[in-house]
Amino acid sequence: MTTISVKVEFSGGLELLFSNQRSHAVTIPSTDPTDSAPTNLQYLITYLRDNLLKERVELFVENETVRPGILVLVNDTDWELEGEGDYVLKDGDEIVFISTLHGG
Amino acid sequence: MAPRTCALCETAKAMLKRPKTGQQICRDCFFYVFETEVHNTITESKLFQRGDRVAIGASGGKDSTVLARVMKTLNERYDYGLELFLLSIDEGITGYRDDSLETVKRNQEQYDMPLKILSYDELYGWTMDAIVSQVGRKNNCTFCGVFRRQALDRGAAMLNVDHIVTGHNADDIAETVLMNIMRGDIARLGRCTAICTQGEDTIKRSKPFKYAYEKEIVMYAYFKKLDYFSTECIYSPDAYRGHARVFLKELEAARPSAIIDIIHSGEAFEVREEVKATQRVQQTCKRCGYMSSNDLCKACTLLEGLERGMAIAGITDRGRKQLEAQGPAPDNLRTIPLFKLPSANPTIAIETAS
Ligand SMILES: [Zn+2]
Ligand SMILES: [Zn+2]
Repeated sequence: MTTISVKVEFSGGLELLFSNQRSHAVTIPSTDPTDSAPTNLQYLITYLRDNLLKERVELFVENETVRPGILVLVNDTDWELEGEGDYVLKDGDEIVFISTLHGG
Repeated sequence: MAPRTCALCETAKAMLKRPKTGQQICRDCFFYVFETEVHNTITESKLFQRGDRVAIGASGGKDSTVLARVMKTLNERYDYGLELFLLSIDEGITGYRDDSLETVKRNQEQYDMPLKILSYDELYGWTMDAIVSQVGRKNNCTFCGVFRRQALDRGAAMLNVDHIVTGHNADDIAETVLMNIMRGDIARLGRCTAICTQGEDTIKRSKPFKYAYEKEIVMYAYFKKLDYFSTECIYSPDAYRGHARVFLKELEAARPSAIIDIIHSGEAFEVREEVKATQRVQQTCKRCGYMSSNDLCKACTLLEGLERGMAIAGITDRGRKQLEAQGPAPDNLRTIPLFKLPSANPTIAIETAS
């Protein structure tokens, strides 16, 4: 099985759900084992929920995607410009999740 | 997907989709339009006059950190001629406020603005930690809200400023509109969308980010690598507001204009004169001189309850009656220092950036 490595960063308070650690190196299969399609951001979100999330899943994922109010950046670009969950991950990508729900 | 180019400069790679307009723009154009829109809000509402002394209510969180940066930028770019200060309130919450104040202290150096920190402990003789240990976690937010509001005004008076600006953004205001509707608080509904509030003898308060979306504030902080603090208060977050916030985010996901639409509906409610008339006339507190609609201001009532070991006295009418039944306040009761509105001369020395 071939794999790809991506750098994942949590901020804006989300890091508290992930062992209070902001930066994580994540290695995932390059194709989705269930349908052999290239691994996308949607797969990564599910993977993070199932493997890295330590508590209160409802604060990260809702209806199989990130909860409203969480911003996602793909190599510093708003994921809304990159196809959101359909974005196909490449080795070395940097994915940032920022919560906007925490106090101002 | 091929990278898209910026809709404004048509050269650089688009990095952000604006929630207000759906426009796809690059990083530099984003900084420019974001700052320009805040400038337009400020000039259209005539918020400041040349020579004004303005305090930025700084919590170390994202909104006030971005506000400090943008106010500094605009003051220089458009030569507003303002004197800017940072004003922080230290509620005395170990592991929360002490950490966020470290962020504010770094901001003071980065932005080269004088900083004043006023603590509940020095003003009221009680930290939030001490209040929570007496009242528990049920009513502690009432204490904190009343004490913070008065502390900000007092800090502003000490700095001798004309004006306090806060980081409230469009999402916060839409949320407040929803909450006031859900609580049936029509009088507040009429006021909560105002960009600037000023009672007869209160210090002016305004919200330059009234039309700025939270997403853009967070992206601005991220792209500029601003240093902010983002931990929720450890003492029971406002659950009601939390639900309103989640509901609003879901509406926004379905239709991004929802936030501005809700602010506009709030503005469109006209409060009838009879409703306005039920709002009490302002006077000054007989004990501390702060603005009040009763003989005693809310903070003095709450403080007396704490000092006499009957914290509930400041919360419910029944508690108040029980306290009154115990006789008048003792002469040696701890009180809040006398409040004076800003005078011509600053009354205290402020800490300056080292
Ligand atoms: Zn551009
Ligand atoms: Zn008083």
